[in-house]
Amino acid sequence: MKAAIVVFPGTNRERDMAIALRRVTGHEPRMVWHRETDLTGIDLVVLPGGFSYGDYLRCGAMAAHSPIMTEIRSFAQKGGHILGVCNGFQILTESGLLPGALLRNADLRFLSQDCHLRVERTDTPFTHKWQKGDVFRTPLAHGDGNYTADQSTLDRLEGEGLVAFRYATPNGQVQADDTASNPNGSVNSIAGILSENSRICGMMPHPEDLVDPLMGGVDGLPLFEGLVEALVR
Amino acid sequence: MKKTVDDSLAQEFGLTAEEYARVVSIMGRTPSLTELGVFSVMWSEHCSYKSSRKWLRTLPTKAPWVIHGPGENAGVVDIGLGYAAIFKMESHNHPSFIEPYQGAATGVGGILRDVFTMGARPIANLNALRFGNPETPRTRQIIDGAVRGIGGYGNCVGVPTVGGEINFHPAYDGNPLVNAMTVGLARKDRIFLSAAAGIGNPVVYVGSRTGRDGIHGATMSSAEFDENAMAKRPTVQVGDPFIEKLLIEACLELMATDAIVAIQDMGAAGLTSSAVEMAGKGGVGIELDLDAVPQREPGMTAYEMMLSESQERMLMVLKPDRTEVARKIFEKWELDFAIIGHLTETGHIVVKHKGQVEADIPLDPLADQAPIYDRPASKPVVPEPLGPVHAPLSLDATLIKLIGSPDLASRAWVWNQYDSTVGGQTVRRPGAADAAIVKIEDTSLALAITTDCTPRYCHADPKTGGAQAVAEAWRNITATGARPLAVTDNLNFGNPEKPEIMGQFIAAIEGMGDACRALDFPVVSGNVSLYNETRQPDGSTLAILPTPAIGALGVLDDVEKAVGLGMSDGKAVVLVGQTRGELGQSIWLREILGREDGPPPPVDLVAEKRNGDFVRQEILSGTVSACHDVSDGGIMVAVAEMVMASGAGCELESPDSGMRPEAFWFGEDQARYLVCVDNAAEFCARAAQAEVPARLIGQSGGNDLILPSGVTISAARLVVAHEAFFPALMTR
Repeated sequence: MKAAIVVFPGTNRERDMAIALRRVTGHEPRMVWHRETDLTGIDLVVLPGGFSYGDYLRCGAMAAHSPIMTEIRSFAQKGGHILGVCNGFQILTESGLLPGALLRNADLRFLSQDCHLRVERTDTPFTHKWQKGDVFRTPLAHGDGNYTADQSTLDRLEGEGLVAFRYATPNGQVQADDTASNPNGSVNSIAGILSENSRICGMMPHPEDLVDPLMGGVDGLPLFEGLVEALVR
Repeated sequence: MKKTVDDSLAQEFGLTAEEYARVVSIMGRTPSLTELGVFSVMWSEHCSYKSSRKWLRTLPTKAPWVIHGPGENAGVVDIGLGYAAIFKMESHNHPSFIEPYQGAATGVGGILRDVFTMGARPIANLNALRFGNPETPRTRQIIDGAVRGIGGYGNCVGVPTVGGEINFHPAYDGNPLVNAMTVGLARKDRIFLSAAAGIGNPVVYVGSRTGRDGIHGATMSSAEFDENAMAKRPTVQVGDPFIEKLLIEACLELMATDAIVAIQDMGAAGLTSSAVEMAGKGGVGIELDLDAVPQREPGMTAYEMMLSESQERMLMVLKPDRTEVARKIFEKWELDFAIIGHLTETGHIVVKHKGQVEADIPLDPLADQAPIYDRPASKPVVPEPLGPVHAPLSLDATLIKLIGSPDLASRAWVWNQYDSTVGGQTVRRPGAADAAIVKIEDTSLALAITTDCTPRYCHADPKTGGAQAVAEAWRNITATGARPLAVTDNLNFGNPEKPEIMGQFIAAIEGMGDACRALDFPVVSGNVSLYNETRQPDGSTLAILPTPAIGALGVLDDVEKAVGLGMSDGKAVVLVGQTRGELGQSIWLREILGREDGPPPPVDLVAEKRNGDFVRQEILSGTVSACHDVSDGGIMVAVAEMVMASGAGCELESPDSGMRPEAFWFGEDQARYLVCVDNAAEFCARAAQAEVPARLIGQSGGNDLILPSGVTISAARLVVAHEAFFPALMTR
């Protein structure tokens, strides 16, 4: 699997993502500056976390208009795999590659803590290393992670099974109005979603920061291991 | 508005009549407005250290592992494998009272620049905060703003905030303290310094544009507050962490080339201090053409540009044939880049604007004749012994009250607003170990980092308090298994023109110096913040508790050997160090009896070193699975903290110590640790051989803390009591 990590001005979790990808692939991912326009030979495009353009407009809104995004759109049209984490998820919604939007956290404060995610789909390149209903721990760190969408979009996401991950208690209970398990207030406790062809995944928490026992665990590793297996060439 | 330069304007700028006379004598004429501005900020307390310098010189600053001590932008120590850690702590107290969010945010931004200007990628932020009485709405407003500001800046630049400390005391009502620390990492042969060199070399400005913000910020920070403090808002700078992030990346990219001769951030006193310091250190002159300075607004005068403290700006001297390489890098990152002058052999700083010479000042006398004061000091009064005290509450009720009290309650509400994992190297997050542990990527090395100070001890006995702050920092690093290396100090005090404040300052430095020498723990960087006083409506002034905050750093050669403080299951819990039951100035005395008196616990530096070296050696040999130093709240609180951190319980034994239970369990004797070990007898035998006191105090297991009386408190109940304070306070 050849992975590219896209770096926008203000991106700050590109090195975390590189560590996770290097751990599963054994080689360095390609760092792609947002002004570049070439994704030749790339199997997976990753939009990492951070504060692209300072998040001064809406989170991800400026980055969604960067030169590389044209190429990323065509990469997506050709069936390419894209992972967007945190600010990367926000960029995917702002650019229309995934539906919905990320609002300010319900209590209007930045949140940095561990959360638990329940796996809702296992037939995708991002989730196939888990069993349906598995719960894993992962850090989150964001001010705007409160997922929302209009009712028809939600109906479609739920109806077509496009929710990849939900915030849950450690034993897998999902309760949207429980601020302990659904800390940012996301609708239906949605933490990550998929495109219709399940080749684009956006999620708020940071599995890339939990891939090393030294840092407190390897709960995030299955996502990356799964991608390597699915995208082997 | 054309101002006449005279005695009264000089006084308005914070210069005394004598200092102004010296300016006139150096210039041989009446200075221009811009020149007066330059002198006044360079000779402000904030920039010149005129009251503190004499005493700072007494601190030990050398060790074989120290690469650069005080005098550079930050301290630099060798951590092995060709790497250097670069670190410093700096205050942003005055602005944080006036405008908490921006004051705290720009405090973080400023200390980050001090570190990356030396070639280091910032890898960790910490902060030491002191707030007033939590019961007042103003305190809550300041907490909210300061925490949001620290998070807002640190989270955006992508540097993890991994630790810190918070105290409350009404003495900080009018002067909260925001001390921010950054640790950076560089190859030790790639350190960048600020001494300018090469006559004719271009002087380059990069970063944000210059605006009218923060003018005379350094002067504002060199005076106490009066009832008009809020009118000083225009002196507070406004931060832009996004620009800072770009600046970090652009500077590090440029630093990988050979283009830079010297580099310095524009901090306090902005363009003035960076230009003066770079040229002064290099023994060259400098000429600036302000027409070339990128400006945010039209019509700025030379005076305004020289004194602006607009954030996220750097000044560099480049090799002349490398300016285009540099320009391209800054253009890539969409930052302003301007050649605004060059180095000269005149020995003067010459400032030109619109064809006029606005300032022409000889650099040597500006530095050499800067005022330095040996201010009168009175010896601090030795506190009376505490005398007998009696416990009104049971041990369990006391414990529950203490762990929920403002100084001991969980800080999770605060930490959870700081990104502590970005970078992917955070081995121990806040609250998981006595010091934050951050790994050096791709190596086995890790840094252990902490900030410490116990202001109530410093107030009662500044010398003991100064020593205690250093000793506790050393202990916290030791408790992770790391080897303590060096210290950065952030000395926060009141008005040095008052003998009693100057006495506190001198005594605290004496205590710090003693501890640093005894523990082989040199001071490599620091910052002094004086005039932390506020005039009260009745004309009296309220000074802060003396607060010599210590930031410290140690190294673990093998990160796998690090231990945290969470209680391990099924182990013997052993207390290392001697317990005499020191309750003077303890949290117990204050929270349970409402008293703040007696002497602080004595600091025995020989015992401190012996006990610490023993504990570290045991951790590194693998016999210790958890370790926590015993500090505020004593043994019982330390045990409870270990239980809460992991959820594993502990059954405590009756101490049979011959002293009253509250003295044994809540006394704050120094040089003590709690450790979890498999074999207590063998551990204690090795301790005895090293002449280190050690005794078994309990067994871990289950989910409850079981007191010697048999009273049982579940870990879950402890957590509830511990975590209630901040959310309840901040949602009022």
